[in-house]
Amino acid sequence: MEKVTTVKSKAMPVPMKDVDTDLIIPAQFLTSISKDGYGQNLFRRLRDNDPNFPMNRKEFDGATILVTDSNFGCGSSREHAVWALTGAGFRVVIAKSFSDIFYNNSAKNALLLVVLEDKVVDQILQSSTNADYEVTVDLESQTVTLPDGSSHEFQYDQFRKHCMLNGLDDIEYIRSHAADIQDFRKRQEQQRFMSTRGA
Amino acid sequence: MSVSATKKKPENADGSKGRSAGFQPASESRSAGFQPASESGNAGGSPASGGINAAPTSENVECAKEVECAKQVESAKQVETTKQVESTGNSGMTTKSATKNIVQKIWDAHVVKQMEGHPCVFAIDLMLLHEVTSAQAFQLIESRNIQVFDPSRLLATIDHSTPTRQNRWEIYDEAARTQVETLRNNCKKHNIPFLDFDSGKQGIVHVVGPELGVTQPGMTIVCGDSHTSTHGAFGALAFGVGTSEVAHVMATGCLLQKQPHSMKVEFKGRFRKGVYAKDAILKLIGEIGVGGANGHVIEYVGEAVRAMSMEERMTVCNMSIECGARAGLIAPDETTFNYLKGRAHAPGAEKWDEAVAYWKSFASDENAQYDKVVTIDLDKLEPIVTWGTNPAQSVSLGERIPKLETMAANEKAVAVRALEYTKLKEQQVLEGTPVEWAFVGSCTNGRIEDLRIVADILKGRKVNPGVTMYVVPGSEAVMKRCQEEGLDEIFRAAGADFRMPGCSMCLAMNDDQVPPGKRCISSSNRNFVGRQGPDSITHLASPATVAASAIAGCITSPAEFLKEA
Repeated sequence: MEKVTTVKSKAMPVPMKDVDTDLIIPAQFLTSISKDGYGQNLFRRLRDNDPNFPMNRKEFDGATILVTDSNFGCGSSREHAVWALTGAGFRVVIAKSFSDIFYNNSAKNALLLVVLEDKVVDQILQSSTNADYEVTVDLESQTVTLPDGSSHEFQYDQFRKHCMLNGLDDIEYIRSHAADIQDFRKRQEQQRFMSTRGA
Repeated sequence: MSVSATKKKPENADGSKGRSAGFQPASESRSAGFQPASESGNAGGSPASGGINAAPTSENVECAKEVECAKQVESAKQVETTKQVESTGNSGMTTKSATKNIVQKIWDAHVVKQMEGHPCVFAIDLMLLHEVTSAQAFQLIESRNIQVFDPSRLLATIDHSTPTRQNRWEIYDEAARTQVETLRNNCKKHNIPFLDFDSGKQGIVHVVGPELGVTQPGMTIVCGDSHTSTHGAFGALAFGVGTSEVAHVMATGCLLQKQPHSMKVEFKGRFRKGVYAKDAILKLIGEIGVGGANGHVIEYVGEAVRAMSMEERMTVCNMSIECGARAGLIAPDETTFNYLKGRAHAPGAEKWDEAVAYWKSFASDENAQYDKVVTIDLDKLEPIVTWGTNPAQSVSLGERIPKLETMAANEKAVAVRALEYTKLKEQQVLEGTPVEWAFVGSCTNGRIEDLRIVADILKGRKVNPGVTMYVVPGSEAVMKRCQEEGLDEIFRAAGADFRMPGCSMCLAMNDDQVPPGKRCISSSNRNFVGRQGPDSITHLASPATVAASAIAGCITSPAEFLKEA
């Protein structure tokens, strides 16, 4: 996994609540067997239906921070939603809250999700309609710094932070507990009543 | 409805709460390089003192207070005071948490390793695979030369991108064809049981698991699909994961997890005629909102739940994700055991009693505590239909679409956009709105009982000439059952298209799509913008409401179409 460091960028505003994963990447674009190529269809429905959608506006080209309202990423578990965001160059999403599965998926792909207080998010959503508005997000210090100089701390799980800063993924960590896993499965064997063998 | 937050224990009486677990890469030990720092960090004072950095212990669930359920965290922080107090009871009874609910019991039974400050290494008993979210996971483990951990805990089928035409082997879309072939080849290579078109067992992954008896109480089940919550109907902890986590389970049989919050949803009373499990779950989602259960696992309880068939329970659990729940489940009982008995992969006679005793042990203890409690009264519930572009935007058929001015500002913005998309107006009555398409199927409502209800209504009637109706069985087993019972003849005689099993028109990633601008009444689970096809409009409803509306040519209550009992 790529390492997450400090990100400084204009913030592309999507001032919508409950942006679902079908809006982020519609199911019709999920037939690929690769992790690449989803960026071109990020927010496809919104881009097609609204010429003023920020992704259709040149001044937001190159934005790596997305700012949105609450419950971003609800709906399907498709990790393709994360791949679409990272594929389109986004490194950070700032919101009031995120859905669970999307949150987990992002952490596995070096996409940093930042939850800030409602009023701060509203402030960024308003100000960032001007593409000159640059936001700095720093995971190490867990802060978001705005052009007015104000700095806002965000919470982040320390284990995940370590993984993000160092570009580590879960597999090797879980595999480092191989002996425990083996013991567990041995103990569990007596209460195992299911096998898919022969299906 | 009533909602209440059950108050929680203080994090740590000694104030150790605000400490950072402070990960530092280990210099000498531990291969993966994780090591919790001892006692350093931001002691108190910092805004992070809400539990995010608290070292988890086995007794508390504070580790679940993650950013991922930020809203709940905030509200929970405000109420977190003393002992766990059941605030719904009028006795104000206080109980020590020696009692456990079903979520805690399944959790405890699957903890492989819990190190201080780390997420839990959590065992997964069964992973279901389908073509859309698995290819990249196989690539990942192969790129690292990792073997599949235990193929007898995996089961794969094809459902999302497959056609529902008679000849399913011919997949026109090249990418979809490649996706299906890739899963077929991967399963062969890794020795994973695969339910192909010619197996006689293929179907929607959440329909076939229960049918085969691989879904059992007390298990942990994952799949790269958010509707994995369906399997919770059997008292399993079942949840959707992304493709990276699919790879983690393939490689290790485990995931890194944080203990979820628990929410109790009680369905009180009984359904009236024409009102079904689908209406009950849509009602819940409408009440608490699409993010109302974020970070929680829901246990459904109550008289109405006990009276539900397994099919109805699956419908309820299936849509738990639509209010943001990590999972939804129902404690196993005789209905569960009767359903499982004799299924191909359920325990045989020699193991049966032992299995049942084990399964029963997961039922929530009396007086078990929950982080949140919600009650829904079914006695007066009417058929529910959605009007917007998320499953919470719904009304009873007798109600009008809400007035915009009664909504909170951000809800209103969502509603305005939704109404623009669905071409409806505030205060409009949904009943009577013309529909051009009707869809019965999906992992929510594509099981035999759903199709029987639809056949009951369609029998001797005709689908309105202005409506195209698809009836898509959830699996080949459901399809065969329909044929045995003659339901397929009823569907055809009514003018509906009875098709081959698959996800079909639920998500528009195969040939079955609602054309642009057309309105569909659908037994599926999501009415998101473009979900059933670009610019299509979806109204979610029960299979009965879909059937009634298909006949009438407009959104209609099923009540008048149902025979007197």
